[in-house]
Amino acid sequence: MTDLAQLELDLINAIGAAESVAAIEEVRVAALGKTGAVSALLKGMGALSPDERREQGPIINGLRDRVSAAIVAKKAELEAAELDARLLAERVDLTLPSRPRRKGGVHPTMQVMDEMIALFAEMGFAVAEGPDIEDDFHNFTALNFPPKHPAREMHDTFFLKPDPETGERKVLRTHTSPVQVRTMMSQKPPIRIIAPGRTFRKDSDATHTPMFHQIEGLVIDRDIHMGHLKTTLETFIARFFELDDVNARFRPHHFPFTEPSAEMDIRCDRSGGKLTLNEGEDWLEILGCGMVHPNVLRNCGIDPDEYQGFAFGMGVDRLAMLKYGVSDLRPMFEADTRWLAHYGFSAFAAPNPASGLS
Amino acid sequence: MKFTLSWLKDHLETEADVHQIAEAMTMAGLEVEAVHDPVAVLAPFTVAKILSTARHPDADRLQVCQVETVDGLKEIVCGAPNARPGLTTIYAPIGAYVPGLGVTLVEKPVRGVVSHGMLCSASELELADESDGIQELPPEIPVGTPVAGLFGAEPVIDFEVTPNRPDWLGVAGIARDLAAASVGTLKHFDIAVVRGAFPSPISVRLDAPEMCPVFAGRVIRGVKNGPSPAWLQKRLTAIGLRPINRLVDVTNLIAYDRARPLHVYDMAKLSGTEIVVRGGLTSAETGEPEHLIALDGKTYAAAPSDCVIADAGGERPIGLGGVMGGESTGCDEATTDVFLESAWFEPIVIAQTGRTLGIHSDAQYRFARGVDPVSVTPGLELATRLILDLCGGEPSEIVFVGEPPASPAPFAFDPAYVKRLTGMELSDDRIGTILGQLGFLVTAGGADQAEPWTVTPPSWRRDVEGRADLVEEVARIEGFAALPNTPLPEVARAPGGVLSPRQARVRIARRALASLGYAEAVTWSFTKQSTAVLFGGGDDRLVLENPIAADLDCMRPSILPNLVQAAARNAARGHADAALFEVGPVYLNDQPNGQRTAISGLIAPHPDRHWGGTGEDALFDLKADLFALLEEIGAPVASLQLAQGSNQSWWHPGRSARLQLGPKNVIVEFGELHPRVLKALDADGPMLAFEVILDAVPEPRGKGGKARGAADLPNLMPLSRDFAFLLDEAKAVGDLTRAVAGADKALIAEVRVFDVYRGQGVPEGQKSVAIEVEIQPRAATLTEAEIEALTAKVVAAAAKAGAVLRT
Repeated sequence: MTDLAQLELDLINAIGAAESVAAIEEVRVAALGKTGAVSALLKGMGALSPDERREQGPIINGLRDRVSAAIVAKKAELEAAELDARLLAERVDLTLPSRPRRKGGVHPTMQVMDEMIALFAEMGFAVAEGPDIEDDFHNFTALNFPPKHPAREMHDTFFLKPDPETGERKVLRTHTSPVQVRTMMSQKPPIRIIAPGRTFRKDSDATHTPMFHQIEGLVIDRDIHMGHLKTTLETFIARFFELDDVNARFRPHHFPFTEPSAEMDIRCDRSGGKLTLNEGEDWLEILGCGMVHPNVLRNCGIDPDEYQGFAFGMGVDRLAMLKYGVSDLRPMFEADTRWLAHYGFSAFAAPNPASGLS
Repeated sequence: MKFTLSWLKDHLETEADVHQIAEAMTMAGLEVEAVHDPVAVLAPFTVAKILSTARHPDADRLQVCQVETVDGLKEIVCGAPNARPGLTTIYAPIGAYVPGLGVTLVEKPVRGVVSHGMLCSASELELADESDGIQELPPEIPVGTPVAGLFGAEPVIDFEVTPNRPDWLGVAGIARDLAAASVGTLKHFDIAVVRGAFPSPISVRLDAPEMCPVFAGRVIRGVKNGPSPAWLQKRLTAIGLRPINRLVDVTNLIAYDRARPLHVYDMAKLSGTEIVVRGGLTSAETGEPEHLIALDGKTYAAAPSDCVIADAGGERPIGLGGVMGGESTGCDEATTDVFLESAWFEPIVIAQTGRTLGIHSDAQYRFARGVDPVSVTPGLELATRLILDLCGGEPSEIVFVGEPPASPAPFAFDPAYVKRLTGMELSDDRIGTILGQLGFLVTAGGADQAEPWTVTPPSWRRDVEGRADLVEEVARIEGFAALPNTPLPEVARAPGGVLSPRQARVRIARRALASLGYAEAVTWSFTKQSTAVLFGGGDDRLVLENPIAADLDCMRPSILPNLVQAAARNAARGHADAALFEVGPVYLNDQPNGQRTAISGLIAPHPDRHWGGTGEDALFDLKADLFALLEEIGAPVASLQLAQGSNQSWWHPGRSARLQLGPKNVIVEFGELHPRVLKALDADGPMLAFEVILDAVPEPRGKGGKARGAADLPNLMPLSRDFAFLLDEAKAVGDLTRAVAGADKALIAEVRVFDVYRGQGVPEGQKSVAIEVEIQPRAATLTEAEIEALTAKVVAAAAKAGAVLRT
C-alpha cells in the first residue's frame, strides 16, 4: 500500500515548486494523467473488497480532489503571472505619433454658396444654372443693354475670339443674369429661382478678380412688388449673417435690367479694423436689386401687363469674406494649402436648419 | 461729378449743410462717393501775429517766436526764413491735424525748446500746391480770425453719375432732384435772348445728320480774352478744373452748370467761312484715315464712324465733333473774334469714338450719355451773355442748322401702377407733384385710353420710356424707406429638395472629398492656350480676345493643369505634400452645351517621413479615394470597367487607367500624370490625380421610391478557401478576380487578393497571385463534395483567364 500521506505531501510540494504553466502541467500528468500516481490509485480501487473500498475510497478521492484543486489554483496563479509578464513585454510607446492623416476642407466660397442655397431653398427658390460662355443676346441685349450703350462698358467684358465663320463674338458672362433670361424663356410664371455660378469681368485689383461668383435671384408672378423684394432680402441677409434682425436701407440705383433699381446697404461699424454689422455710422453695400424691367420681361416672352417681379444679385466671394473675416480677395483663388486649411470648412459643416449654417 | 455747396446754392435755395445734402442725394439715387469739407479740416487754424523772434539757442535755421494767438501768447519754434516780428500768419494749436503734413501736433521739444503750436504755410493746409515759407497775411486781419473763411474754402461733393442720368452732369440738374426731394427750392432763371448785331459770317453745313442732327453757332467779334476773374477761377479750381482763359472757362462753366458742352473756335484761324460736319475721311489712294491734332496735343485718326468738324470747304479737320476741338483753331490770349458752337451729337457715335480713339473729355462724357437737345439754343445764349460780360464784343445772329431729335413721347400712365409695382401707398396728388417737380408734364388722359393720365417726360430725360420709369422716379423721391414689408407668399416646397440630381451630386462630391482629406480649391476657368493644348484643349474658339494676362488666355479643357500649377506653387513655398480638389466647369467648345462639370483631385505624394516606415503605393490610396467618391455620388461602381493603357496623353502610360461603362463612355481617368506634362508646367512630380466628368456618370435609377429591398442576411456561416495561381505578368489581376467571382455567382460572395509574389519558385515572366474566395452557403451547409465542386469551378474559371493553379 502506497503511503498516501507521503504521496500527497510529494505532490503538494511538486505543485508548489512548479514555476511555469508547463511545469504544473507535468505535475498534473504525473499525478492525474492516464498513468499518473493518483490515477493508478483510483484504478487500484477496483481490486479492493467492498469493505476496503468503502474505507479507502473516500481517502483516495479526497486525495485526488485536493491535488486537483491545488493544481488548478496553482495553474491559474501561474497563468495570471505569465499574462502579466507578457503584457508588460508588449508595452508600446504611445507618445509616438500616429501616421498623419490629411485634413481636407470645403472652400469658403463654396460653403457660403451652400449656405445661401439652403436659405433660399427654405423660401421656396429652386436652383437654375447656365453656361459660362454666353452670347451677346443672353448677357446683354435681352437684359435691356442697348447695343453700344455705355452701360456695357461698365461690365469690363471678356470676349472670345470671333467665330471664323459667323464672326460672332461670344462673351464670358459678366453676371448670372443670362440664367434668368434662359429660365424666363423656357418656363412659365410663377418663377422663383436663384442662379449661382461663376462670373467674369476683366478687372484685377485688391477688391476685384477676373473671375468671381454670384448668386442672383428672380421671382416672377402676377402681384410681386418691391415690398416682397425688401422683406425677402432683409430676411435672407439676417439669416445669412445669423442675426436676429437686420438694420438695412434700400438706396435708389441704376441697372439697365431693373426699374426701379436699388442697392441694399447694412448699417455697420468699421472702427478698430473690425466689421460689426447693424450698428455704427457707416453703411456696407451688400447687393443690387430691383423690379424686372418690362423690356426684359418682353424680351423673354413674358407679358409685362400680366406678370411682374423682382431680381437681385450678390457677390458670393465678397459675402464669404464679410461673414468669415477674410481680409483679402485674391488668395481665394490661389489654392495656397495653408490658406485653405485656415479658411476651409469641415466636410460635416453642411448647412441645415437644425444645426445652423456652418 | 464734383460740385461745391455754393455752386449748388446758385440753383437751390436751401439751409441744408453739406452732409444733409449728401445724405439726400444718396437716398435719391445720386451715389455720393466723397464729401470733402475743407471748412471742417481748417477749423483748428486761426490768424496770429508774431510779436518777436529770437535765434534758437541750438539751431541756426530755427527761430523761437513769441506769437499772439487766439489762445494767448505762445512760444513757437519756426523754421521758415520769413518768420519775422510783425508778420500776420496762420497758427495751429497743439492737437491740430495738419492735412498737408499728415500729422497731429504734439507738444514736444524742437532741439530742446518746446514749441507750443505751429506757424503754417498754405501748402501745409492744402490751400496751395507749394509755398515759400509761412503764409503772409494782410496785417489788418485780427488775431483769432478763422482761416477757413479767409481762403473761401468750401465743401465739395463728389458723386457717381449713373449712365442713365446725363442731366446730373450739370449742377442745375442735381438741384432739380434735390428740390423734388424736399431739400430746398429750385431757383429758376430765365435765359435772356441776346440779339445779334449782324448776320453770322460763318455758315454751317451738316453732311452727317445721323451723327449731328442739329448745330447752332454764332460769331462774337472784338472780344478781349485773358485770365478769368477770381470767382470763375475759384469755381473751376474747387472742382479740380484748370482755368485756361475766359472763353474756354465759360464753356467749361456751362458744361458743369447745365450739362451743356460748347466749343469756341478762333475765327482768325478758321479757313474759309463754312463749317462742315461730316464723318471721318479715308484717302482714296492710300486708304489712310485723316489725322487731326486735338487740343490735348495728341494726334488722332478719324474713321468714317467718327464725327469730324471741318473747315476749308470741308477739307481740313478742325475738331472731333462732341469730343474735342483741334489745336489749329483753339482760342488763346490773342483771340479777338470767335465762333461759338452749341450742337447735339448722337450718343452712340460719341461713345464709340471715345472708346476706339481712347479720347475722353468733359464734352465726350456728356454727349456719350446724352445731352438735352433742347439746350442747344439756350446754352448758346447763356454762353454769349457770359462772354459779353467777361470779354466784351459784339455777337452775330445765330446760325441754326438741322433739326433737334424728337423729345420723349407722351405716354399713358395710371398712378395706381406705383402701388402695384412698389407696394407704396401714395396719393395721386403726391405722385403728380413729384413728377411735376422733376419736370414731367402730367395731363388728363385722352378719352381713348384706360389710364387716367398722360405723362410727357422733359427733354432732358431721354431715359424715360414707360410707366416703370415713372414709378422709379416717384419711389426714389418719396424714398425707399416707405416700402412696405411683405413676405413672399408661401409656396409648396419641392418634396425631394430643390437641387437637381446633378447639383446634389456636386454637393456630395465636395463634402466626400473634403472628408477624404482633400482641400477644396477654386481656380480660374482660364489657363494658357499652350497648357490647354497639353490637356487636349486649346481650340482657337475658346481663346479670349482680351485676356487679363497672357497666361490666362484660353478656357480650360480640364481642371488638372490648374491643380498641378497650384501644387507646384505650394511646393515652391515649401509645402510639397498637397492634396487638392476642385469641382467646376471645363469647356469643350463655345456652345451652351459645350460645358461639363469635372470633379478633379490631385495628390502630390510627398508625405513626411514616418517612424513606422512608408505606407503603400500612394496611387492605390488615390484609387481608394476615387472609388469612395464614386460610391458616394451613386456611380454604378459594380458595372465600371477598368481599362489600362488607353488613357490620354497627359497620363503616365503605365500608371494610369480609365473607368468606363464601355469604350465610348469614359467617366473618369486617373493615375500618375505624365512627367513630360509636369515638366512643361514646371512642376516636380510625381503627381497623382483623377478627373471625373460628372455629366458622363449615369444617375442612379430611381426604382419605385425611396424604400429599400429586403436585406440579404444569410444565417449560415461563410467559409473561405485560398488559391494561388500563376499568371503571366502582362495579364491583369483584376481580370483573374473577375473570372473567379463569376465562377459561381450564387455562392461566391467576395474574392480578395492577399498576395502577389514574384521570384523563387515562380517562372520568369509570371507572377503568383494568392486569392481568398469567400463562399456564402445559402440553403444549407455545403458538403465536402459541394465545396470540391466549387473549387473545381474556380480553378476552371481561372484557367480560362489564363491562370494556372500553383501546386
